[in-house]
Amino acid sequence: MKAVDFDYRRPTSLAETCALLSEGGGDAKIIAGGQTLVPLLAMRLARPTLLIDINRVAELQGVTESGEAVEIRACTRQARALADPMVRAKLPLLAKALSFVGHEQTRNRGTIGGSLANADPAAEIGLAALALDAEMSLCSAKGARSVPVGQFFVSPMETALAPEECLSTVRFPAWRETGRIGTGFQETSIRRSDFALAAAAVHLVLDKSGLCARIAVSLGGAGAKPVRLTAVERALSGGRLDDREITDATALAHDGIEAMSDIHASAAHRRRIAGVLVARAIAEARDQAVAGRI
Amino acid sequence: MAAEQEGFRYIGRRRRPKEDRRFVAGSGRYVADIVLPGMLHVALVTSPHPAARVVAIDAAAALRLPGVRTVLTGDALAGAIEPMMSGLDIPKMRRYPLAHGVVRYVGEWVAAVVAESRALAEDAAELIAVEYADLPYVVDPEAALRPDAPPVHPDHGSNLMFRRQFVWGPVERDFSTAPHKIVYRARWHRSATVPIETFGVLAQWNPAAQLLDVWASIQMPKYPDQLAHALRLPGNAVRVHFDVDVGGSYGVKRGLKHSILAGHLARQLSAPVRLIEDRLDNMRGGDAQGPDRIFDVEMAFDGDGIVHAMKMRALDDVGAYAGRAPLQLGKPIGAIVGPYRIKSVQYEPISVTTNKTPEEAVRGFGQSPTNYAIEIGMDIIAGKLGLDRIELRRRNLIRKDEFPYTIPSGSTYDSGDYHAVLAKVLDASGWDALVKRRDTARAQGRLAGIGISCCLEPSGGNSTFEPLFNSKNETTTWMESCQVKVDLTGAIVASMATSSSGQGHETLVATVVGEILERDPDTIRVVHADSLGALPSNSPVGSRMAIMLGGAAAGAAKKLKTQLVSIAAHNLGVAPEVCRYAEGSVSAGSPAKTLSWAQLVDIAHRKFHLLPPGQEPGLQAAHVWEVPGGGALPGPDGRVQMYPCYAFESHVVYAELDRVTGQVALRAYFVGHDCGVMINPDIVHGMTYGGIAHGIGAALYERFEYDGNGQLLSGSFMDYLIPSSHEVPDITIVDHCTPSPLTTFGQKGSGEAGYLGAPAAIASAVNDALAPLGLHIAAVPMTVGVLGDLLATKDRAK
Amino acid sequence: MSQHRIDLTVNGKTRSATVPARLTLVDFLRETLNLTGTHTGCEHGVCGACTVLLDGEPVRSCLLFAVQADGAQIATVEGLAPDAEGLSVLQDSFCELHALQCGFCTSGMLMAAHALLTRDPDPSEEKIREAIGGNLCRCTGYKQIVEAIALAARRLKGANEPAPERGGHGG
Repeated sequence: MKAVDFDYRRPTSLAETCALLSEGGGDAKIIAGGQTLVPLLAMRLARPTLLIDINRVAELQGVTESGEAVEIRACTRQARALADPMVRAKLPLLAKALSFVGHEQTRNRGTIGGSLANADPAAEIGLAALALDAEMSLCSAKGARSVPVGQFFVSPMETALAPEECLSTVRFPAWRETGRIGTGFQETSIRRSDFALAAAAVHLVLDKSGLCARIAVSLGGAGAKPVRLTAVERALSGGRLDDREITDATALAHDGIEAMSDIHASAAHRRRIAGVLVARAIAEARDQAVAGRI
Repeated sequence: MAAEQEGFRYIGRRRRPKEDRRFVAGSGRYVADIVLPGMLHVALVTSPHPAARVVAIDAAAALRLPGVRTVLTGDALAGAIEPMMSGLDIPKMRRYPLAHGVVRYVGEWVAAVVAESRALAEDAAELIAVEYADLPYVVDPEAALRPDAPPVHPDHGSNLMFRRQFVWGPVERDFSTAPHKIVYRARWHRSATVPIETFGVLAQWNPAAQLLDVWASIQMPKYPDQLAHALRLPGNAVRVHFDVDVGGSYGVKRGLKHSILAGHLARQLSAPVRLIEDRLDNMRGGDAQGPDRIFDVEMAFDGDGIVHAMKMRALDDVGAYAGRAPLQLGKPIGAIVGPYRIKSVQYEPISVTTNKTPEEAVRGFGQSPTNYAIEIGMDIIAGKLGLDRIELRRRNLIRKDEFPYTIPSGSTYDSGDYHAVLAKVLDASGWDALVKRRDTARAQGRLAGIGISCCLEPSGGNSTFEPLFNSKNETTTWMESCQVKVDLTGAIVASMATSSSGQGHETLVATVVGEILERDPDTIRVVHADSLGALPSNSPVGSRMAIMLGGAAAGAAKKLKTQLVSIAAHNLGVAPEVCRYAEGSVSAGSPAKTLSWAQLVDIAHRKFHLLPPGQEPGLQAAHVWEVPGGGALPGPDGRVQMYPCYAFESHVVYAELDRVTGQVALRAYFVGHDCGVMINPDIVHGMTYGGIAHGIGAALYERFEYDGNGQLLSGSFMDYLIPSSHEVPDITIVDHCTPSPLTTFGQKGSGEAGYLGAPAAIASAVNDALAPLGLHIAAVPMTVGVLGDLLATKDRAK
Repeated sequence: MSQHRIDLTVNGKTRSATVPARLTLVDFLRETLNLTGTHTGCEHGVCGACTVLLDGEPVRSCLLFAVQADGAQIATVEGLAPDAEGLSVLQDSFCELHALQCGFCTSGMLMAAHALLTRDPDPSEEKIREAIGGNLCRCTGYKQIVEAIALAARRLKGANEPAPERGGHGG
């Protein structure tokens, strides 16, 4: 399983990266952590003529605050993000999700941006990003544009990235709602670190009277891309989030859950798991918010 | 420690296995580590179709790539070699390393590219254009038996390779007189042992010596012979180097087609040729998948739960070609009733071809699926009678005082105390507390179950299933060899005649030789002879090496000891019988006169004038011996002794089943194990833990899954799921020792331990967990997807 | 073919080479540097047999190209022992408790365990299983590996305990 031959460049700036992508004309691929890409190269399913290694582009590394938002540069290692105090404090859902990602070895190399750009429907980072209404900055030689995460994932392994574009930053806007934050992340995989058959991510805020001021629920793994369960969110907004409410709201979503069948689980089973995981994740987030812990 | 394990100097004691040191240092020598100057690399072109005629192969573009040396096609190869042999009498099913005119499964090798690097060979392989004409195919084994099914080998005429109904004892009478009967189907889907190291081979032809040197990751009986035969070389023109470290095999590493291919190319190109499977090659085209069984079973029993008779039909889907794998329907005949006193048996093995990757020998050689099928029945009977599953087994287990016990199919079980082992594991598991734990979980609305299995591990490798399944093959010799010598410096070297893949054979031999000669095993070097220097061997299969290699090593060491005593007796002027041997020196008389090890060695090697007349100079001995109980052909009704020694295992496992997700968590695992005297307990325990891990994979995670078009859907480690440290729980082994009367130290074999009883026990636990819902599953693997859908049937019913 | 010059440190020694871009780090270590202690089991990042340390962190070397390791510090199993004749405490613990059989996954296990013990001198069993959770073994069922890592941790802390007696397995 040896990759096809390719040229290799290692730019040191985002501008250089974009210029190389432009030159590559669609046959160039970015390599960040390589945890998803290199197996594809080994199996010759990916056949770039040019590999652009962005691991030394300093401006693509790091976690910063920008106004009301937290910005994570695309080539930030998953391990680093997991340990980052700002991520833990301001993006607790992402931190929770990261602990489910792969193994230590893969997190040491894998990046936030790489996971997002590969758009695996079961990927935890994308699921958290979707719940948090992330904004993706896509750069090219022609400039930069922002794409909301909801429009970023198109289908399995396919995103809104054009061939000459590089994901540079993922921006997580802060929620205006104040109160007690709760996060929930529930996943079912076959073995501990396998791709999720279904995964649910929840972020919510309870106001002073204990009512749900805002809730975001996203579901991944079941269908072709992660989805926000807006019907569930609407049903639960403003409520107490008791178990009954959660069950009723989740039932709303059940039939609408798009799910795939494969050798690991039928669509029906994914749907079944998804419903339960969504309920569990909401309860987890509620319990955390009620306890006042972050 | 068991009393039977006491009384030895080295045997049974904890001792660091010799092999471990080189592996922790990163100094193992696996086939992919061997580099020869000018070495060339092979990549394969494989079939995308389950069945097709190969119309044309255009390699022009590939040959133009720099660094590419040759492209070999099936037609060219078939003309130059003999087809590969099968264990069955199926001459019209010809098998070659490269497809010859027709491809019969997706992934079958069609052409081989040789280039200066593997990467270049793969580049070239992509440029080879193969034109195919589709042919009809069949993927399902029951469909393959229908009269209208397309035969995988049209010349053979059908997909049926072997079918015979054995009747041992008054089966019909026992069924008609028994008050109760169950009928069930048990399905064992395809999995295999899938070692982390794939198969690899390196071949080099020396034209001046007319000798083919072969290094391979091999675990196969008669490998050098079959390789030589295929290449049309005399046996002494092939030298297989058995000192290559093999990265796990557990049965499957039979890479004969890889080796024939590499050997042929090495001669053709006058350069060393290396073929290392990558993981994709291995999963699809490595021909190392495993048993794929449909068991249809009937058991006749009475109100006390005593099983009187059993009928078992075992249909096995071998895939597109048959080597030795179909014989995996035959080996379980040697333990066809498991550990139970079932008096009559009807057994009908059926071996069929389909357009899938060929099956190979998997750990236990068919015994684990058979044990699974039997244990499913025992649990069903317990359920039907409302009898405790353990009590049911107690009533049916062969009793300690009944050994040696001959089962209806003709094998005699050498020794055992199944009730004692069962009692031990129940005690170790804290059975009552486990039941409480389960019941508490159930009261909390969770699904929880305790599983139990009682299974045999036949060991010793008397492979009489060969003549049983093919009367033209009158093989009854199943031998093993060992040579031991003491050199002029007094150092001991023992030589074994085959490869090892993690079983600790070097430690085994050193311990045995050290035990006999009363010399520290750490000072004994054990080497692997190459096939020219080696004495006859049948390789480490059938859990045979502790018995056979242990016996051969002991035999050789005893002969050496006799030589030493003889020298001493001669020089002390006494009869050998009055000499006392102690740790290498020999004494006689009172006051004692002693000749030391060094003195004896010196006389043997240098002082011919002091050597007893007629004794050969030096100190060396070889022992080649036949398997105990071997040497007989089957009778007309198929009755014959198979493996000589029977180890026993009883598993207790506590599991929780997630009612929604279908995930199974193994929360507690205990196994009682009796393999007679253990020569090195850490080695035995290690293989048992590993066998259980294999069993967990087969029971819950692993499957070579095909779609209706013969496409393998689980062809990489992303979809073929091997248990990690998270899926294998902590395991407690409790040992028991019922020595074998047939072996030197009372040892029985143990390489397959754990694997033979784990799937049955885990199935038992899952079914116990499902029982309150009125659900039952008799198919493995019991994956999350399968259990999830099964559990959902209950929801719909609500 | 795109060739690149790389300079990196392997087991404390500076190594330089010119390599094709598509040569993986594991193939570079094995074939160019002849350090065959690191193994390939799958070449798609699942089995962990290829685990090495890159700048102190365990990574799958089949998922890195050698060119990417330019300037990096790589540690392989060959660098664990203090000298040619010796074994590290971790390696020795693996021998003491027979934490291997065929040896093929062993170097990956050792590197993952070494990285664990470097940052966590007193890991729980759960943490140990987590640290080797990305390394597949088909021989051992993991138990003796977990025990050996725990033994090494105790020995490294200076407790100098002897290996446990196998009381639970007695007859």
